[in-house]
Amino acid sequence: MAAKPNNEQAANRKVIGKLLLAVVAMFGFGFALVPLYDVFCAVTGLNGKTGSQVADFKNMQLDDSRTIKVEFLASLNEQMPWEFRALQDSIIVNPGQPAKVDFIAKNKTGKDMIGQAIPSVSPGIAASYFQKTECFCFTEQLLKAGEEKVMPVLFIVDPSISEDVREITLSYTFFIKPGTEEAGSRVKTSSVSKTSANHTN
Amino acid sequence: MSAVIEEHHDDHHDHKPTGIGRWLFSTNHKDIGTMYLWFSFTMLFIGGALALVIRAELFQPGLQFVEPEFFNQLTTLHGLIMVFGVIMPAFVGLANWMVPMMIGAPDMALPRMTNWSFWLLPGAFGILISSLIMSILGMGSAPNFGWTFYAPLSTTYGPDSTDFFIFSVHMMGISSIMGAINIIATIMNMRAPGLTYMKMPIFVWTWFITAYLLIAVMPVLAGAVTMMLTDRNFGTSFFDAAGGGDPVLFQHVFWFFGHPEVYIMILPAFGIISQVVPTFSRKKIFGYSSMVYATSSIAFLSFIVWAHHMFTTGMPVATELFFMYATMLIAVPTGVKVFNWVSTMWKGSLTFETPMLFAVGFIFMFSIGGFTGLMLSIVPADFQYHDTYFVVAHFHYVLVTGALYAIYSAVYFWLPKWTGNMYDEKLGKIHFWVSTISVNVLFFPMHFVGLAGMPRRIPDYNMQFAEFNQMATIGAFVFGFSQLILLWNVVKTIRGRSTVKATDQVWEGAEGLEWTIPSPAPFHSFTTPPTVK
Repeated sequence: MAAKPNNEQAANRKVIGKLLLAVVAMFGFGFALVPLYDVFCAVTGLNGKTGSQVADFKNMQLDDSRTIKVEFLASLNEQMPWEFRALQDSIIVNPGQPAKVDFIAKNKTGKDMIGQAIPSVSPGIAASYFQKTECFCFTEQLLKAGEEKVMPVLFIVDPSISEDVREITLSYTFFIKPGTEEAGSRVKTSSVSKTSANHTN
Repeated sequence: MSAVIEEHHDDHHDHKPTGIGRWLFSTNHKDIGTMYLWFSFTMLFIGGALALVIRAELFQPGLQFVEPEFFNQLTTLHGLIMVFGVIMPAFVGLANWMVPMMIGAPDMALPRMTNWSFWLLPGAFGILISSLIMSILGMGSAPNFGWTFYAPLSTTYGPDSTDFFIFSVHMMGISSIMGAINIIATIMNMRAPGLTYMKMPIFVWTWFITAYLLIAVMPVLAGAVTMMLTDRNFGTSFFDAAGGGDPVLFQHVFWFFGHPEVYIMILPAFGIISQVVPTFSRKKIFGYSSMVYATSSIAFLSFIVWAHHMFTTGMPVATELFFMYATMLIAVPTGVKVFNWVSTMWKGSLTFETPMLFAVGFIFMFSIGGFTGLMLSIVPADFQYHDTYFVVAHFHYVLVTGALYAIYSAVYFWLPKWTGNMYDEKLGKIHFWVSTISVNVLFFPMHFVGLAGMPRRIPDYNMQFAEFNQMATIGAFVFGFSQLILLWNVVKTIRGRSTVKATDQVWEGAEGLEWTIPSPAPFHSFTTPPTVK
């Protein structure tokens, strides 16, 4: 074949242009999934994502015909050197009844540190009915070296929650605020994979 | 640019470049197709060797040969190599070889891009495999988080070599995207006069659709590994709960890529079977247009079923039901295809040469994998099956006896056209029967241990699973080594000393443009486009 017909080259260029555009758009779509997912979770309460803002509970009626047991879990991310626990394991509330529970965190290190607690509610179906009116998870927590702090959580369970939910677990995990770790570097290679390297030979 | 080169070729008719330059700088679709196929074949033996170490370890309960940490690296590398290094390059290689010849085009539309998309692969896999070599030499773990590289295993807990893995996946992705653009441009712009879309061979159709799938999802995979990269090295927290991210998000992004990827690995196989079955039935394919529409429906549905991989992550019941029904819906177009193949064979003048044996094997065993897929799509059942050997059995039936068998069928089918020599039919039949018996000894017992609760990706297991695992390991070694029969047969055919010369049509029932050119296919074919009525 002699020189390619110019119209074929033009046609190829057109196809390449369109497809490259599609590639860029799909790469963008991959990242767009991040906010889309957050919106989806906020709407459905998927993954036990519970509000990170003060909830509005003005129009809630007390429902004293049934009770719900709320259990508390306090855990630490493995890189977090603090102590963290709930003062009570659980309380029993009526839907619509405001309740308060205290958590205690202690910075055992010799340095001032900032932590962030991430809440999670289980079962996921209850997440959007679990309203917090005050929570230490709404803001970052600064604990000075050796400081111990009592942190209250005020919450209310929305009375429109399904009758099937009789127990709710509220779990907090304290993380080091990213970028404020000790020694300034992220501890990426955990001890687990370090040892695995030694074992392989 | 390409015009200049082709003029040069015109001066020396059928002149081939010589030496290593022929391969390094090749813009010839046949040479590049050949390189893709050899690359894939090499990777098959590497990935297969890793699988044999895994099976040797699982021959008995307890730890025999490898440490659990190394076992994790083996399963990870085995999966990545087989998916990205064997099945995908083999299909791209077949597309490069066959699509221009099947549509009457002289070459791919973008020959330099063909070259580049191939030569990225050895680099990508060199990097990936180097991490395993370094691990064996005691220089730190290779990727050890499974081929699905879920966060946080691959972000917070990933070994240093994860960054090698990320770079390697980026390169593979660029390679696949360029290959896909090239195939679409070729099919859209270079069909012979008169070859309308609805006259294209089904293999061309399935690749056309697969190329669109690649363009749609490979960038999403690139996005996922880019997020991993920035999470690991640049302080972002896409998947890190501490910074407001969510590890489950990773699974959504991954499977948004991952499920269409499954069809990327099977649609070209459907295309091959749709070429082979009519040839050896000496009939036209039954339901041509329904084949095209079924392929398109599968491609569309593949985008809305991804969360069926994640039923156990906790989802609202309505979401689970949606993904369950959408998944089951895929059985309809797939069923259309299986029935069309069977109807093509119905009352045909059947002969069972090796390509047909592999095609019939494909139809039978791929359907087994399809049925177990339906079982897995049922939400309450999936809670039991999730992450067990039942899943392992399912995807090995669709990928080994599905995708790989279709590739074997294609290799036997077109090898005479590529080399001009008939392969050794007796060796081919031995290869088929040894493989088919051993592959079932290998994977069928996995259904049973899976249903009984044996978890996947664990190097040790309960005593009760010992017998079935021993059977599987024996099957694995026989299956693994029986692939050397294919290697021997291919080498023998290329050398062509003791074999029969192939005719132009090769197979009595073969129809299509690729069978109108001489065997072996000349270096340049269809320099003047044929006319299709």
